Amino acid sequence: MTEIPEHLRKRAEEARKKAEGAGAAAEVPADAGASAPSEGESKIPAHLLERSRAAKDKAAGGGTATATAPATTATGAAPAAAAAPLPAAPGGNVQRLLTVVKSGSIQDVKAVPQDKVHVWPHLLVVEFVAALVITAFTLIFSIFVNAPLLELANFNETPNPSKAPWYFLGLQELLTMFHPMVAGVTIPGIGIFVLIMAPYIDKNPSNKPEDRKFAISLMTLFLMSWAVLVMIGSFFRGPGFNFVFPWDAGLFFEL
Amino acid sequence: MATTNKPGKQPLIEKLQQQASDLTANVQGSQAWNSIFRPGSIFRKGYTDSPRNRSYVIMNSVLYHLHPVKVKRHAVKVSYTLCLGGLSFFLFILLTVTGIFLMFFYRPTAAQAWSDIYTLQTSVTFGLLVRNMHRWAAHLMVLSVFLHMARVFYHGAYKAPREFNWVIGVILLQLTLLLSFTGYLLPWDQLALWAVTVGTNMMGYTPVFGEQVRFVLLGGVEIGTDTLLRWYVLHVLMLPFVIVIFMAIHFWRVRKDGGISGPL
Repeated sequence: MTEIPEHLRKRAEEARKKAEGAGAAAEVPADAGASAPSEGESKIPAHLLERSRAAKDKAAGGGTATATAPATTATGAAPAAAAAPLPAAPGGNVQRLLTVVKSGSIQDVKAVPQDKVHVWPHLLVVEFVAALVITAFTLIFSIFVNAPLLELANFNETPNPSKAPWYFLGLQELLTMFHPMVAGVTIPGIGIFVLIMAPYIDKNPSNKPEDRKFAISLMTLFLMSWAVLVMIGSFFRGPGFNFVFPWDAGLFFEL
Repeated sequence: MATTNKPGKQPLIEKLQQQASDLTANVQGSQAWNSIFRPGSIFRKGYTDSPRNRSYVIMNSVLYHLHPVKVKRHAVKVSYTLCLGGLSFFLFILLTVTGIFLMFFYRPTAAQAWSDIYTLQTSVTFGLLVRNMHRWAAHLMVLSVFLHMARVFYHGAYKAPREFNWVIGVILLQLTLLLSFTGYLLPWDQLALWAVTVGTNMMGYTPVFGEQVRFVLLGGVEIGTDTLLRWYVLHVLMLPFVIVIFMAIHFWRVRKDGGISGPL
């Protein structure tokens, strides 16, 4: 049930109900149907209705009646065919199959129909709930945890250790290993450049994980090493930016 | 039932209900009402849940029409996007709202900044709460933008035709970091001063232009009241202005590139 869009299901139900109603109406004699055309029949042009009525009269008359419309001349030329009863629609109209045109020969379908849902309510409800959850989380967290406000800035008193904001602590960690120019400019510069160029470097057209083992491994390695550097810088660096264990020396970290 | 009673003896409740529904019909039928609420609004008379009205809801709302009328079925699965992009945007809005509140109580000078924050926390109604929300939402936004980038990479969503939107996304990530970093200095406490000292010293090692880069960032040779003003303007005006432009391009490209990627 979930696969069928709601409005299509509703439409199908209505159509089914209508069909049942039409079945009950079909038990009324055909003459009554002809004198009071239903909604569907009213769409048939008047001259076609007349032509079909003439054809019906002719079939009833055993093919002796003269042709009254150009279309009936074809059947009139072959009396044997005229004797056979033509298939009649419930309203008494004659319907003929003129030709069958296969869709492929006249249509060039480029767009494949996609399974889509209305943004309202399906997407907006999800977004609304997500927004509520994040607001509630921020609000409740803010009630219980205060943002740090240390003492007034003082140029004469350097805190030990001095740390950058957490998202730069990976870079500060690199400072302990490389020359400042390499750690502070070259490595992040190359990193951002490669990140920006990623779609142009990665020529693999597939987005399936099993086809992209190398790309996924590389990105995971990059993200993990970055996360490890940030965590070491955040929790495992004490006075003098020396390596410490937080469970021994305590935490030197402010958000 | 009211019909069995004499007309004059209708219970008061039913009379009031009748009057209320008459009033509603009159108001909803008025020209003013219909000029405010466009077709598809749930406040319009005779709103029903129909495919046409579902489309109108999106088309006739300035906020919702960032979205198309319909999206791929898999795109509404929370397990696919984890809402990370949307949450980043929502956190930006939350930060704008709380940030405007903070601006009423803050002067970006070395002599006043810290005491303004202190007064805000101790003497302004909800001052401490709103400052906390601004701080934590900022950290959350950095985190959610990071995670959004990882999600997009793991889904291969940066591939054609979405290459350029990935580039915009990386720029947005850097703007987010810059917004967070410029905000870090503003409380003018020991944490702010020395975190920014470490950060700007690092940028001073830029080859060839190192000294100049540092001078432009600090508005002088050392961090001082000029730095504070400079970073304040960057934080509350220039960077938000720039990031909104890039966000507009980012969202627009999501739609132009055929909605979100996938399914895998």
